[in-house]
Amino acid sequence: MSVDLSVDVGGLRLATPFIAASGCFGYGLEYGEIVDLSTLGAVAVKGLFLEEREGHPPTRIVETPSGMLNAIGLQGIGVRRFVADKLPGLRDCGAVVLVNICGSTTEEYAEIARILADADGVAAIELNISCPNISKGGMMFGSSLRGTHDVVSAVRRVTTLPLIPKLTPNVTNVASFAVAARDAGADAVSLVNTFLAMAIDVETRRPKLSNVVGGLSGPAIRPIAVRMVHECRQAAADLPIIGMGGIMTSEDALEFIIAGAAAVQIGTANFVDPFVWNKLREGLTDYLRRHDVPSVSALVGTLDTTRGHTA
Amino acid sequence: MPVDVDAVVLSNTQLSHDYNTVILAAPRLGDQALPGQFVMVKATCGDDPLLRRPFSVFEILRDDDGRSTGVSLLNKRIGVTTRALYALRAGDHVRCLGPLGRPFSVAAPPEQAWMVAGGVGLAAFATLAAALRTRRVDTTLFYGGRRADDLFHLDTFESLGVHLRLATDDGSRGDHGNVTVPLRRAFASTDRTTPVRLYACGPTPMMWAVTKLAASEGRATAVSLEQVMGCGLGGCYSCVVPVRGPDGTHFVRSCLDGPIFDGGSVVWEQLGE
Repeated sequence: MSVDLSVDVGGLRLATPFIAASGCFGYGLEYGEIVDLSTLGAVAVKGLFLEEREGHPPTRIVETPSGMLNAIGLQGIGVRRFVADKLPGLRDCGAVVLVNICGSTTEEYAEIARILADADGVAAIELNISCPNISKGGMMFGSSLRGTHDVVSAVRRVTTLPLIPKLTPNVTNVASFAVAARDAGADAVSLVNTFLAMAIDVETRRPKLSNVVGGLSGPAIRPIAVRMVHECRQAAADLPIIGMGGIMTSEDALEFIIAGAAAVQIGTANFVDPFVWNKLREGLTDYLRRHDVPSVSALVGTLDTTRGHTA
Repeated sequence: MPVDVDAVVLSNTQLSHDYNTVILAAPRLGDQALPGQFVMVKATCGDDPLLRRPFSVFEILRDDDGRSTGVSLLNKRIGVTTRALYALRAGDHVRCLGPLGRPFSVAAPPEQAWMVAGGVGLAAFATLAAALRTRRVDTTLFYGGRRADDLFHLDTFESLGVHLRLATDDGSRGDHGNVTVPLRRAFASTDRTTPVRLYACGPTPMMWAVTKLAASEGRATAVSLEQVMGCGLGGCYSCVVPVRGPDGTHFVRSCLDGPIFDGGSVVWEQLGE
């Protein structure tokens, strides 16, 4: 039985539901030698501001139980250099490119989106309103309904590209933010970004990260992320969701898809295994065959709560 | 091109209560590895610990016909992964992704090579010593440890024709003090016009001290930095090193642009611990 792995996410057509998560895959080209980028659903490139940024000093990463904390601070080359230096190579590789953008002000988001609207090879814009590691921008917008609305509508006005705000889990009710994003013109939402967290070296009584706090990712956060995707699906069934949070295997991805995600992003797993992509595709294909489901799309949001639970 | 191999442990020699040498059957890694490159190692299954850890390729092992059969890793038991590596037994499996990073630039005659190692920093130098031997470069290893029984694989380096200059914190072997003691003496007895290429790998304060000492003699040092890494492939931007360039200081990824850096360009004050 042939199965269809392709998905449609708010007008964005992807060959598979597996997207490399922003911040976990460089600008994509770093992996061009060992991964055929055209076989990924898409590549969400590292978050870009208008200008270059240096990010936080080391130490930027620390390992925690079944997860990791990072505080990179959005080091990046700025949108213009990205368009000039990286986008042509990504086009040549046949990658579907989601450009993750971040601003310190609403105007900066809109300006970056305008630059990208004129660039060749951008499939969609992912709005980073959820980075927990920067003092201005990111989560500052995404943790207020007003800020979410303002950024999404400002960018909506300047681009016809699919617009995908990436939501933070560091709020009381993430579903209300999905609704706010949809009402401001988002085509889809991606969730979740990392959980604000910290780790302390008790011997020195100093924080383990230079930024003191950072974002928690990896399998440790997966059940919370699945719950949040479920809540967004319940609150806005018409809004496509890209789910993420500690997906290591196709089975993990399936949890998100069944909860309501039309596609998923793979972040931390890529650090552990850069060759994870084939395994994900094979595992998903095998599942669809075993369950006699013709396509991934037919599986999205098929969570069955009518028959009780499976322990 | 880097490969990810599921390598079988051929042997694990525990050298002391915290150091060991693991030999891995990984011919494809050994075929490609150049002096100074590293591999990302996952010594345990499952999600905890989650990430791989970077290790220098210590030696490339060859059969009688010179074909690569695998690599060895020199390990010091400190954290979770290094504890797992210390406890390995023959027949166990270890995932190894590599070789990664930019290699050392190998000296050529008439240059001499001075390798300066502190503790487990020795791991960067066996492959380099072998490459220098092939080029018939006059090579000296300055090697510091805590005590006499904390200095390892001296025979490996002696068999490669390397001169040894040792130092221990307690004076139980070689000079009393750190490795800069014999290094300082070597500078004092070497004419400034003699071409010498310096390499250093060890604790950050040691590499900083070696870089400063060499600079005071008008010489550069290639340092092998060991930053905390997430992926080893340039994806995560965790392992950055502050490097001084013509347009100011920038954070560069040690997995892609390193792990070998010109010590003189590193902004040591900002490197972190």
